[in-house]
Amino acid sequence: MKKLIIILLLTLSFGAYANEEIELQSAKINNSDKDSIQRGAKHFVTYCLGCHSAKHIRYLRIAIDVNADPQKVLSDIAPEGASIYDQLHSAMNKHDAEKWFGTQPPDLSLVARSRGADWLYSYLKSYYVDTTKPLGVNNLIFKDTAMPNPLWQLQGEQHAEQRKTIYGEYTKLVINKPGTLTENEFDLFVNDLVNFLVYVGEPVQLERQRLGKYVIFFLLLFLVIAYLLKKEYWQDIH
Amino acid sequence: MKPSRLSNCGNWVLDRFPVTKFWNEHMAHYYAPKNFNFWYFFGSLALLVLVNQIITGILLTMNYKPDAKLAFDSIEYIMRDVPWGWLVRYMHSTGASAFFIVIYLHMFRGIMYGSFKHPRELIWIFGMLLFVALMAEAFMGYLLPWGQMSYWGAQVIISLFSAIPIIGDDLSLWIRGDYVIADATLNRFFAFHVIAVPLVLVMLVFMHIVALHEVGSNNPDGIEIKESKDPWGHPVDGIPFHPYYTVKDIVGVAVFLLFFATVIFYMPEMGGYFLEHANFIPADPMKTPEHIAPVWYFTPFYSVLRAIPDKFAGVIAMGGSIVVLFLLPWLDRCPVKSIRYRGGIFKKALFLFVVSFLALGYLGTQPVTPIATILARLFTTIYFGFFLLMPIYTRWEKTKPVPKSLTKAHSLEEQLHAIEEQLPALIKEITELKPVTTEIGHPAFKSSFFNRRPNPDGIRNVATRLAKKLIESLD
Repeated sequence: MKKLIIILLLTLSFGAYANEEIELQSAKINNSDKDSIQRGAKHFVTYCLGCHSAKHIRYLRIAIDVNADPQKVLSDIAPEGASIYDQLHSAMNKHDAEKWFGTQPPDLSLVARSRGADWLYSYLKSYYVDTTKPLGVNNLIFKDTAMPNPLWQLQGEQHAEQRKTIYGEYTKLVINKPGTLTENEFDLFVNDLVNFLVYVGEPVQLERQRLGKYVIFFLLLFLVIAYLLKKEYWQDIH
Repeated sequence: MKPSRLSNCGNWVLDRFPVTKFWNEHMAHYYAPKNFNFWYFFGSLALLVLVNQIITGILLTMNYKPDAKLAFDSIEYIMRDVPWGWLVRYMHSTGASAFFIVIYLHMFRGIMYGSFKHPRELIWIFGMLLFVALMAEAFMGYLLPWGQMSYWGAQVIISLFSAIPIIGDDLSLWIRGDYVIADATLNRFFAFHVIAVPLVLVMLVFMHIVALHEVGSNNPDGIEIKESKDPWGHPVDGIPFHPYYTVKDIVGVAVFLLFFATVIFYMPEMGGYFLEHANFIPADPMKTPEHIAPVWYFTPFYSVLRAIPDKFAGVIAMGGSIVVLFLLPWLDRCPVKSIRYRGGIFKKALFLFVVSFLALGYLGTQPVTPIATILARLFTTIYFGFFLLMPIYTRWEKTKPVPKSLTKAHSLEEQLHAIEEQLPALIKEITELKPVTTEIGHPAFKSSFFNRRPNPDGIRNVATRLAKKLIESLD
């Protein structure tokens, strides 16, 4: 019975969006930073791929886009046994996922486009210990999230503290037990991960921004010629 | 010289098919008024966007899969794995929004210069039918990506049909082909979006243009140029469409494409207005998004729907807000066409209408709050007031005398020149020259440096002058 209630609660929590107005922290997104994307890919495979897939991207595409040797991507980033042409599929199947979490963890290929980089960045940093929850953690950005904190060993244990100021009450997250990374290192870690997710959301974005310059330059040239042509034809119309 | 084989072939066709006649009738010998201004670019631009939508649409169908299980992934396949698929898809998605921007401006031009009035009522009716077909096309196309917003937007709009008494539930079931939006709906919407509605659109565009070329184009002065003709039977104030307006429209095309390309290459989502964020989540019938908003071009009408407390009355009002546009040629009782010579009351009414249309559009993107509902009701009243009170207020209108022949259109160069001439005086007025007080007491430095600082009095004078001019122009 208790299990059923937990599952029910978890399912509900996935349907609800965070409503509270909490200021998001801003991630520094730079898709031309290939090293950051490569690090992010490594983090993603290590910490996210266990449950979440990113089925719209292949290891080969990542290798091409970050200018890395496909063999190196295969040995450094991809899990063992993966082929370079594979998409980033998760090992967890739907049946198990529903048994364990009450729902299947969503595919993350487009999460940066639906949620936004800042939301992801803030979300991954806003877990805190909450013993009333089945997973022992809660999240400030996405209340009652059904996802456990995969990065707790790195970040350490965060606790929520109510602070009072003259402007009102607010919640501050404080790290009580330090993790294996310092605060700055952890910020960089999450930033790389989000940077990777933004890249995965639209792998072509650097290409389109590069091409855009030429298209706009051509159109400006075309505009000048078109205008001169119009002037030439219209000079005798009064 | 012996005619070449190629020109022989050409003549063979020309003898049997009236290409020359068609070209002359609609291009080379079609006389258009010579004073078209900025607002007259949007007709040809709408045609350009239509062609863009058809070509990119055909390319998209080559890789898109109209199947509830495959649709979402096939779009991502186009975006990632199909060579240049991302460009084609962004051209199509941006083209949809561009189409509505261009059409709204084209319609506003028609209202402003009275292009819907006698003898052009039928052109307006065809145009309005085009607008309705375009809305159907956009609505059904929006379901195809099969994202959350596609799904739930369609769910909301189709469920509106169930508000109709007696037949409502059966009707919406018949439209969907299922009890909820499902694979059956996706398939039929695909059929409508890809072939049925585009055929209607192309046919209506043809009729719209044929009707226009039968009676001739209106112009910013609202004068019939056919009334004064030269000895050869050509309108004195007219010029052949080709080459004059073809070369002019190419300039418009270049400017339009600059904006279009900027959006495609640098902001294809347009901050969530052209491609909504929630639409990057695959459709899920079990999860209703917290806030369902249609794409921006439907929001004014969606606002009207939400402003009415009763669902069925809301549907009627939303339909009515489009139907009144059809009636415009018969609601407007003023014989003067162009806003240039119409009375102040029409100018003020049109201004209020534009404000309320934009406000309704904005409110439609926002979640419902009590204040937003009150505002939406106010603007809905103004929207309908503009049309339904028109037979009354246009009768009282104090119009200005309409000139016999076209007034001169000021070219871009002349306008720039005029601004250039006024600019130094304007800068002098809004700034004041102050000597720089330096800390060096040496006479050589004294009063040889001046600094321009904004002058509050001058700015106020210029602002009030502009405001006065604006208010005067409404009379």
